Amino acid sequence: MVRCFLIHTVVPVQTLSSGDSRVLYSRSFGPNELDSELSPEDRRLLEKERMLLVVRQVRSTVSLSREASGKPVVEMVPGEETLALQESSSGVIRLRAGEPFPEEMSAIWLAVQSLGFTLVCEAHENLLLAEGTLRNLVRHCLESLHMLGQGSEVLLRSHRIDALLNRLLPHGQLLFLNHRFHHSLEKEVAAYVTK
Amino acid sequence: MYMTEHCTFTLKETELKSCHVILRQDLFIDRTVCFPALKGRVYLGVILTPTPKMYSHGSESLIKQAREIQDSELQKFYSRLLKLLKAKEFGHETMDSLQRLHLILSANKYTKTLPAELQRKLSPLLSSPSEQLQVLSTAVLRETLPLPGEEQIYNQENIHSYSLLLSQCSSRTELSSLCTRLLRSLENRQSENQSSSLTHILPILNTILTHSPERLTEDQVTLLSKKLVDWLRYASITQGGAVSSGGFFTGPRSRQPVPIAELDGTVSGDFFTVLCVGQGFTEDQWMNVYSFSMLRHWLLTFHSVPSSVSLSDTDDRSEVDGSVVSMVSATSSSSRLLPPKERLREKAFQYCLRLIEQCDRKAQKKSDTELQKACLVEAVCILDCVCTEDSSLVYRTFPCVKALFGRLSSDLTFARVLLPIAQFYLNHGEIAAVDCDSVWQLVFSQFPAELFNDPFLAYELLRFLRLNVENLQLRVPQYTHSFPNLLKFLAWDGPAVVDDFVDLLPSLVTVDTAVELLHALLDLPCLSATLILQLRTTSTPIAEACGRGLLSLDAFRSPSFRGLFLYLLRTETGSGDTIDRLSTLHELLTEASDWPRVVQCAQTVPVLLHIFFNTVVKVGDVKLLAHLMLVMLERSSLLLKLPTYTTEIHRVFSCHLLRLCKLHPSLVVDQSHDLLEFAGTTANAYSKEEVYTHVVWALGDNLSVSCDSRCSVKLITSCFETLEAVLFEVTSSAPLPGAARPAPRVITSLMSALAKLASRSHDLIPRVSLFLSKLRTVARGGPVPWCSSGEDLSAIVTRGEELWSLLKTPGVAQSVLSPAAHTTTPRWHQDTNLSLPLQLRTLTSLTHTR
Repeated sequence: MVRCFLIHTVVPVQTLSSGDSRVLYSRSFGPNELDSELSPEDRRLLEKERMLLVVRQVRSTVSLSREASGKPVVEMVPGEETLALQESSSGVIRLRAGEPFPEEMSAIWLAVQSLGFTLVCEAHENLLLAEGTLRNLVRHCLESLHMLGQGSEVLLRSHRIDALLNRLLPHGQLLFLNHRFHHSLEKEVAAYVTK
Repeated sequence: MYMTEHCTFTLKETELKSCHVILRQDLFIDRTVCFPALKGRVYLGVILTPTPKMYSHGSESLIKQAREIQDSELQKFYSRLLKLLKAKEFGHETMDSLQRLHLILSANKYTKTLPAELQRKLSPLLSSPSEQLQVLSTAVLRETLPLPGEEQIYNQENIHSYSLLLSQCSSRTELSSLCTRLLRSLENRQSENQSSSLTHILPILNTILTHSPERLTEDQVTLLSKKLVDWLRYASITQGGAVSSGGFFTGPRSRQPVPIAELDGTVSGDFFTVLCVGQGFTEDQWMNVYSFSMLRHWLLTFHSVPSSVSLSDTDDRSEVDGSVVSMVSATSSSSRLLPPKERLREKAFQYCLRLIEQCDRKAQKKSDTELQKACLVEAVCILDCVCTEDSSLVYRTFPCVKALFGRLSSDLTFARVLLPIAQFYLNHGEIAAVDCDSVWQLVFSQFPAELFNDPFLAYELLRFLRLNVENLQLRVPQYTHSFPNLLKFLAWDGPAVVDDFVDLLPSLVTVDTAVELLHALLDLPCLSATLILQLRTTSTPIAEACGRGLLSLDAFRSPSFRGLFLYLLRTETGSGDTIDRLSTLHELLTEASDWPRVVQCAQTVPVLLHIFFNTVVKVGDVKLLAHLMLVMLERSSLLLKLPTYTTEIHRVFSCHLLRLCKLHPSLVVDQSHDLLEFAGTTANAYSKEEVYTHVVWALGDNLSVSCDSRCSVKLITSCFETLEAVLFEVTSSAPLPGAARPAPRVITSLMSALAKLASRSHDLIPRVSLFLSKLRTVARGGPVPWCSSGEDLSAIVTRGEELWSLLKTPGVAQSVLSPAAHTTTPRWHQDTNLSLPLQLRTLTSLTHTR
């Protein structure tokens, strides 16, 4: 199962201290901290902190990996989503048990220019499937929220991402979808966006 | 594009437009932004700083507004939204306000509580006919807390209510009641044709299973296992309506049933799987996808519930009515007599065999080729899982897995599929008495050597090693011998995999490999640079002039240095601990010292060295430790010149040199020849200050009869003379212009070591005393050329005076400078009456009474 899906910045943001990132979208699946003494407020806070921790780790991994590869990040404009996806870099980080989830997790990330997209999934998950799913999600997000442009639709139309996740990653379940299954879900997503 | 701060600026015409757009984009539609533009010159209080694209100033400002919203403004917003929600029709404005409400709630770290009335208006929206409203209300409710006493109000049976229930669930008891509810709805919906889809139930069950598997009852396991068998094995084999369930058009078109097809376009002749395609799909085909997607997790978890002994019910669909007889299940016609869990295992087995067979077909779409790989991984993992549960399946499975391995092993694009196969061989190869050598050849030799730069393969391979480390150490000798190859992952992407090596490294340290491993770790930055060169050589032809001429690239291609690089790139141990021409190699790679990848890799080395030494003292004998001590002395001057790398390594060496000596004091006597040679070389005092002071310290501390009975007066004297010569040299000669002065620590540690040695061989005391008195005289005479800071000099002199006065009473000096082992044991420090400080105070008062 996938524990959460995040969209966040991976480059310095002027208003934040270096190393910090803005989380633009976050969605966690399933309950957290079952049977703990924590109040619902504290559980929410803990979850937010956990996600920030993951985001911070991804951000430093992305910058290290970009530095190591030495390839400059090419700026793309709306309409070049496929190219942007081809030029993106990706990888996976091991999140040890307790850092920050109680069990060990894998965080798969994909970085497109200044943004990172991260899936945190259980350690035994099929990473080939998770990678493919993440790529699909990113492609949809880039296209339907015009994320290569200057707008803020990722904040003002975030329900589109919710609707997308409800289909491609229902309750965090990775699905083995062949192109026909995918096609029919994509049609539903497209219908949702145009409604 | 621009961030704002207070200041004046000038904009070009085009920039003016974009700036206007951004400033107009405000969290609240009804708030307009004043924009006093004056023909290209604007006074707004803004400073221009280009920010990266994709994250605009607009977004940042929206988040800021959402965080800093005043309470009065928020209350106004709430009441406006409430008014909108009371209307009969919900328009664009309602959607927009809901979205903004979500932004306000989610951007804030602390939970905001909505007015009860507003919250009560939101929950009915979960079952609104508009999906947008459903999604938005779910998103908003997820960010707030349920009203006290109304936690269970989301009782509609739809995906959104369930998702909210799950995210707000706080106890396992709540989860299991949700589980009961879901299973009941599964049971009640056996053959009914209802409009809402069943599909979301399985992922929710899987979530519950993840969080509290022990909560399932045996009946629930039986029910779900039966259902999964039905969906996996008996889904329709004709295509569904033209559009999938839940689409726009409802009601199937009246036409002849069309059979489903395989990925290569041929008509499918067997049961339905996730690799079957059609124009549309029926609900049970969707359930087939969902069932397979959660199958592995279910198989991994459900055995925590006790197995049922009763035979399966007779109402199960049989293999003949309404379904196809499968090629892969032809041998197991009796499976329907099995109890549900065993039956599911059998069906899962058949499903996987069919998938593996389907993956042999050439898919028409590229995305399906990727899916085939993911399916192969899943299928092999499931087979592994069922074979672990029921070892009788091993014999039936191995021919298929073996054939798959044979088919894929020559194609490295399938490397990530081959890893689960390797896991299968490791788990079951022994039972089936299968030869696994070709598998290990691939995993330990070919993969790291050729795919070191694939981050996902690296992650999965290292995870495989981590999970099986004990088994591998015991049964696969290739594992420990392949460390030069495995280290390539670390050399290529140090930061990403260092965490795995922290876990794996101890298993790679053995008596046979320790010395070679130490050299390999120290030369890791060289390996990193060599891998870069190797990739550049293969990616750019020799004739092509690439960017700037790299001397190291020429060296890499030159036949005369080929052997050096090949040694670094070796795939297994056994070709010697290191090479003779290491310094040549380091010279060739000098230009690599600022390559980011090399620098990153070098940063991982110190932590791994610590792990190495901590492990080696547990597995190694004194002979090995003595050898390692010499390697440290030798390698302290033989490292790739990277900024701070040498210092860092010296620090690690120093720490572990002392620990080794403490653990085995006789090592110092054993290796006294080499240690003295090192300590007697004055240059070392300058270039390797850290290691040098520690070696001197170790000599002073451990060359004593109490540490080793072999320690003769002759040895102590020779050590004394060596150190004395160095101390004399560094404190008498002025350093050459531009050359470094000796560190004060070097001088004090030399003085202490001399005093310690003298306290054990009293003949030497006058020589130290003479030096110390001379030192005091010189220092009183004003600044000295070998020490620039007056403060340092006075510290040195003070230390000299202390030692001098100690040595005036040889008996006291001996008990302070060479304390018996039992005085330094922790018990003495804990016991306030017997502690060393107390002893020292007593001695001080004795020496100062005169």
